[in-house]
Amino acid sequence: MKNYAIVTKELTKRFGDFIATNAITFEVEQGEIFGFLGANGAGKTTAMRMLCGLLKPSSGEAKVAGFDVYTQTEKVKQSIGYMSQKFSLYEDLTVKENIRFYGGIYGLSNQQIKDKTHALLQQLNMEKEAGHLVSSLPLGWKQKLSFSIAVIHDPSIVFLDEPTGGVDPITRRQFWDLIYEAADRGVTIFVTTHYMDEAEYCNRISIMVDGKIKALDTPKKLKEQFNADSMNDVFLQLARAKS
Amino acid sequence: MLPIVVENIHKSFGDVKALQNISFTVEEGELFGLIGPDGAGKSTLFRILATLLLADKGTASVNGSDVVKDYRTIRSQVGYMPGRFSLYQDLTIEENLNFFATIFNTTVEENYDLIKEIYEQIEPFKKRPAGKLSGGMKQKLALCCALVHKPKVLFLDEPTTGVDPVSRKEFWEMLQRLKEKGIPILVSTPYMDEAILCDRVALMQKGEIMMINTPAAIVADFGKPIWAARADNMYHLIRDIRAFEGTDSCYAFGEYLHVTLHQPVEELKDHLKAHKGLIITPAKAGIEDAFMQLMQEQNEAV
Repeated sequence: MKNYAIVTKELTKRFGDFIATNAITFEVEQGEIFGFLGANGAGKTTAMRMLCGLLKPSSGEAKVAGFDVYTQTEKVKQSIGYMSQKFSLYEDLTVKENIRFYGGIYGLSNQQIKDKTHALLQQLNMEKEAGHLVSSLPLGWKQKLSFSIAVIHDPSIVFLDEPTGGVDPITRRQFWDLIYEAADRGVTIFVTTHYMDEAEYCNRISIMVDGKIKALDTPKKLKEQFNADSMNDVFLQLARAKS
Repeated sequence: MLPIVVENIHKSFGDVKALQNISFTVEEGELFGLIGPDGAGKSTLFRILATLLLADKGTASVNGSDVVKDYRTIRSQVGYMPGRFSLYQDLTIEENLNFFATIFNTTVEENYDLIKEIYEQIEPFKKRPAGKLSGGMKQKLALCCALVHKPKVLFLDEPTTGVDPVSRKEFWEMLQRLKEKGIPILVSTPYMDEAILCDRVALMQKGEIMMINTPAAIVADFGKPIWAARADNMYHLIRDIRAFEGTDSCYAFGEYLHVTLHQPVEELKDHLKAHKGLIITPAKAGIEDAFMQLMQEQNEAV
């Protein structure tokens, strides 16, 4: 039997008369890189907040890392990592202080924090910058650091909400190296992006339009299905079809 | 009289060199793109041209007026859409537009032909406060407000950042139509794929212009053969190609990797023969390939 990191069934969220997320059903396998795409306002953020245990669904079911998003939200939060473009490290704390702070938040012991700090600085090649304020780091380094901190408690799933916006093309690709590496270790990656070339790096992709999942498959199969050269074409066909 | 002339502009904030020796011109009716990531200096340059910030060194003129001496003239002649949404959130669409028209001593009716096409798309929501609009609608309203006084030059600072591909495409279609009306446009973007929609572009990184040219010429100048590679396990493929001694660069590009080599491609194929589903074919360079190559040269020069 397959091991699922995320399972949803008819997951729905209403705000008054407005249905932000409309009965979405999908599964994400453990260790998969899953791209969660959609136009602005398609309902991605709402869906993601429900999966992170931050927003109670109106109806439907969802399990994340085996935990129920209605009744076990604390367990869900402990099992996931989260990073967004806006999610910021504390700019006026040093690199090391940020690591210690988030390690503490996630309940790691002092010894674990010490070990993690060492391993993480070495992996990021940032040992020299350990005592530097985060505000002094280039944007690309901040992003790599915030990704590493998002997985400091070894979550089985990490949610990345537009992690690469505004980043230069080399740093953007180095960031994806980190994503690949984590997936190779078996971490499930749930990622949103507006860069359609990045959609190609995912194992599977879902595309949301007006609150519903309109397509879900591997990039290769989606391109075949829509007779398109690139994921950008697929996206334009789907998202434009609505109006 | 050229719409925009920038000569040897420098600007620092403390130790940070935001702009270094920036020079370029924008021709009549041209759509000119500033292409670069966050921190390239794009917004600083816009603020200098919009007369909101003084340069440390150098000169610039907009429509023949100097950005320091003639700042009042410039302010009445340009349309400026800043990177951060800066309309009044608690005024409606209609109220915002009327407000900006009044500020510039004009009326919405007077220049309606210029904004008609864009305004009609948001008109059904004209009684809605700007703060309650979707990203795409905010962007259209901001463009209308920047155009309502019929500016002689249009400045658009990252109008498509964080916007989905559909809205981005629509926005660029609007820009093309504005360009056809003869308005010179200076637009910035971090999305490399948008460069090809400009007449000419400046590729910017860390406060410097690395290259100015037409998108076609930049791509034609790339000068090295590029190979597109893929295999069943892309992560292992990247690692193995980077470990190959003949590799100059290897980056992910959508479903393929783009590879440049200083050894024959046959040797790379031999090095990778254990990979399942391996495909290596010649590829064409894009703006992003050129940008990354220039970035590497810039980094090596430091």
